[in-house]
Amino acid sequence: MEDTIVAISTALGIGAISIIRVSGTDSINIVNKLFKGKDLTKVPSHTIHYGKIIDKTKEIDEVLVTIMKSPKTFTKEDIVEINCHGGISTTNKVLELLIENGARLAEPGEFTKRAFLNGRIDLIEADAIMNLIEAKTESARTLSINQLNGQVSNMIKNLRNDLIPIISNIEVNIDYPEYEDIEVLTNESIKPKLLEFKSELQEIIKKSNDNKIINEGINVAIIGKPNVGKSSLLNNLLNEEKAIVTDIEGTTRDIVEGKILLNGILLNIIDTAGIRKTDNIVEKIGVEKSLDTIEKANLIIYILNNNEKLTPEDINLLEKIKTKKHIILVNKTDLPNKLNYKKLPENIIKMSIKNNTGIEDLKNRIIELFNLEKIETKDLTYLSDARSIALLKKSLKNIENSIKSIKDNDPIDIVELEIKEAWNTLGEIIGETYTEELLDNLFSKFCLGK
Amino acid sequence: MVEYKSRKKSGEIMSKDYEIIVVGGGHAGCEAALASSRIGHSTLLVTGNIKNIATMPCNPSIGGSAKGIIVREIDALGGEMGINADKTLIQMKMLNSSKGPSVHSLRAQADKVTYPKEMLKTLKKQKNLDLLEGMVEDLIVDNNIVKGINLEDNTKIYSKCVILTTGTYLKADILRGSTRTRSGPNGEKTSLHLSDKLKDYGFKILRLKTGTPPRIQRDTIDFSKTKQEDGDKKQYTFSYDIEPQYNIENQEPCYLIYTNENTHKIIKDNLNKSSMYGGLNDITGIGPRYCPSIEDKITKFKDKEKHQLFLEPESLFYDDIYLQGFSTSMPEDIQELMVHSLSGLENAKILKYAYAIEYDAIYPTQITASLETKILKNLFTAGQINGTSGYEEAACQGLIAGINASLKIENKKPLILKRNEAYIGVLIDDLITKGTTEPYRMLTSRAEYRLLLRHDNADLRLREYGYKVGLIPKEKYKKFQEKKENIERLKQTLKETKITPTKTTNNILIKLKTPVLKDSITLYNLLKRSEITIEKLKENNLLISNYNKEVEEQVEIQIKYEGYILKTEREALKMLKNEEKEIPSNIDYSKIKNLASEARQKLEEIRPNSIGQAIRISGVNPSDISILMVYLRKNYNE
Repeated sequence: MEDTIVAISTALGIGAISIIRVSGTDSINIVNKLFKGKDLTKVPSHTIHYGKIIDKTKEIDEVLVTIMKSPKTFTKEDIVEINCHGGISTTNKVLELLIENGARLAEPGEFTKRAFLNGRIDLIEADAIMNLIEAKTESARTLSINQLNGQVSNMIKNLRNDLIPIISNIEVNIDYPEYEDIEVLTNESIKPKLLEFKSELQEIIKKSNDNKIINEGINVAIIGKPNVGKSSLLNNLLNEEKAIVTDIEGTTRDIVEGKILLNGILLNIIDTAGIRKTDNIVEKIGVEKSLDTIEKANLIIYILNNNEKLTPEDINLLEKIKTKKHIILVNKTDLPNKLNYKKLPENIIKMSIKNNTGIEDLKNRIIELFNLEKIETKDLTYLSDARSIALLKKSLKNIENSIKSIKDNDPIDIVELEIKEAWNTLGEIIGETYTEELLDNLFSKFCLGK
Repeated sequence: MVEYKSRKKSGEIMSKDYEIIVVGGGHAGCEAALASSRIGHSTLLVTGNIKNIATMPCNPSIGGSAKGIIVREIDALGGEMGINADKTLIQMKMLNSSKGPSVHSLRAQADKVTYPKEMLKTLKKQKNLDLLEGMVEDLIVDNNIVKGINLEDNTKIYSKCVILTTGTYLKADILRGSTRTRSGPNGEKTSLHLSDKLKDYGFKILRLKTGTPPRIQRDTIDFSKTKQEDGDKKQYTFSYDIEPQYNIENQEPCYLIYTNENTHKIIKDNLNKSSMYGGLNDITGIGPRYCPSIEDKITKFKDKEKHQLFLEPESLFYDDIYLQGFSTSMPEDIQELMVHSLSGLENAKILKYAYAIEYDAIYPTQITASLETKILKNLFTAGQINGTSGYEEAACQGLIAGINASLKIENKKPLILKRNEAYIGVLIDDLITKGTTEPYRMLTSRAEYRLLLRHDNADLRLREYGYKVGLIPKEKYKKFQEKKENIERLKQTLKETKITPTKTTNNILIKLKTPVLKDSITLYNLLKRSEITIEKLKENNLLISNYNKEVEEQVEIQIKYEGYILKTEREALKMLKNEEKEIPSNIDYSKIKNLASEARQKLEEIRPNSIGQAIRISGVNPSDISILMVYLRKNYNE
């Protein structure tokens, strides 16, 4: 009964399809839990199936799933490959769900290792595989250390430190039951602490979902008056005709999403219906959506027309976006100047989309604003982040179980099992699961002995 | 039994050979000697003083949290400690009874006079077992294989296996104030040369330290100033095979007192006189954190205004009261001041002063899971020599060493208990995999599968093994099998019996303060509710059961905690999978490229039996394990 392992096996990038590979005894069962379509446990080997990956009831992605049963597979174990179409954020979400449902993120080189251990690969290759494991692991180690440096790892450490007094106090109560001068923890006394811990954990998960630039990219909203060149900018960035561009005012009614990779980080570019006062009801929906989009965006690109004067609306909107990360862009510098630059801040970017000037300046400004140069963008970064979040959710589940266990009137040593597992799960994120740590705490915090 | 007391001439070889020689008559030695002789191998137990067989030089109790479960495990396997304690205890308590079944554990106050006496009686009655008084100063070694022992008068005795259970007697030093005396506990002889010889054979030697508190004369204590702590009002036994031998009403109480400001002041003012705080400056032994001296407690926990102490009777036959929690290495005059500062002990007479003791042990990573040493074949070690502390920890190792020396002679595979099978397994695996730098004491926190290693199921876990090695006789085994069958039968009945939501049953459920039924439910599932017990089902005529208490208790625990137990078992299964991946004993780690150097060094030192054990070695990373597995596959092709 080997663990079932999972990894994204294609390079994460612009490519339209990413493949997630799952290998191990439980692989078909785990994928089946998330799959809406045929019952994958009943399909023949080496077949492909269309369906959807769902999170409870919510659809995550449309996928093609390939079922390959042991032994005629790469690892000689059951393998499922999921072709995802939804880009990096959905692929990561699918990976996260698989981990939550019992798969473990594969170590570097682990598929190859299994293939070898199961006799699939020639023995001569053993040394090469050993080199591979070593080299990749070293890079993975530095990577995960880099990524977890500072804030994240401190936050996880703090979370664990919150649990330690509870766990070690319970352990002391068990191992030294007759010490009357040591507080005896009860279900009632730890319940408020657990509830508090639970909401703390929930808050962190929410935040990490909100802020996971690496995982989901930066949402960029392009706003400006109609016909100022928003869709043209988007198209220029995407290098493809995705949004519909016309010279007639107000043809872009839906928020069109496009994605580009900048220094490996995903920009979700949101085109908005031109913002202007309108009485047209259909257009009004588009405008309201735009204002809504401003709220959700991580970055706002406000486009002005070099050929038009500033309106009170512009001034009003410029005021609105002041508190957010924003870039002010003046387009159509190929046309005569009518815009009063004195009323604008200094760091504007001048651009002529028509003449293809200023685009690089814009990209550089974005990189500067989000420190993108400093973010490590190798594939593994995405993986370990999805892993951290899945583990955070797993430890939340443990805490919820412990609270349920209290509700069921279980004895405290049973309640503690889940708390301890939450502590261990959190430790996995930062690579610490050393139980001696608990013992050390036990003896340094409590005065015990004959 | 032949008791050899007269010495032969120096250098002479004893005419009789033995299959197994056990060196040391403490708790480890007794179990080892009884195990091997009961299995049927001629055994000699050599001890410095036959009067000191199975004495309790420290606390007068057997069991305690986790330790009580070890005693149950010893009993399940066919060892003696449980029965011997049952015969001689003067107070019994079930610890943690308010908590869940996985942490229930028995603790007995054992009589320090009758416990050793009873054990000696058992040893003397035992077939295949001889006792000899003498100090062992060397081993007979030929080509790294142990062939016997050499006594201080140079008498040589040959055997197939030797088990060393030397306790604290290797180069023991008693420390009190600024005096260091080469002596075993209670002024006994200490073995002067054996640890040097072990060093010569290649063992790495570890210096450890432990301590014991003062003993107070009973009638000089004012018990009115103390809080009395009685034994339980329910009867228990450690052993699965014996009825309670004590009367609930006649149990000896213990008493609770506290240190005070004055005690603390005396200690602080005289701290530099303690051996450990400047009285002696040549102390290398490392003491256990869980057993700190009162000086340590006051120094390390400055904010604590008082520390709890227990007054525990040592025996019905003499007056010594053990002052638990007050171990110290202060000089005698300061001990007088300290003791007299305690409430109720103002006029107390100290019968024995507290002391610390330093002794030699071997680094336990030099032994294998069977307790045979890696350095000398046919040599087994058990107890404090392996770095542990505690009577129970010693006894269980002695038992395993006795069993495995016997199995070795019989050319059979050793008995190795897994971490999910017994605290004994956790203990031995910890020792040989992680080593220790302080005396190792068992704690429930060390067992990751605590929920499986319960007081109540030690027989279900281990009796089969005891029977297989020949320590559990047929009739006991038959009784055990019946119990097992009854457990299954009762579970089956509960699964098959359904109750329906009639007015009568729902009224009963209301009475039992549990939600009423809407659909029918099996008794099995009803029992999962925390308010419901088998007892209550019987009282309300929902269940008729003629099974005994033990069976009912077992079934109830298995049902109530089924979900958690299954979860833990799944975890254990993962571990076992890795245990099955054996590492050949002749593996050459220097030949494996790409291993991190720390991992290589650790693997070389510990030489794990399995991938599972290798994973538990600190400093061996997952990538090292992967590399090792690939290497094994390539070179040994499984």
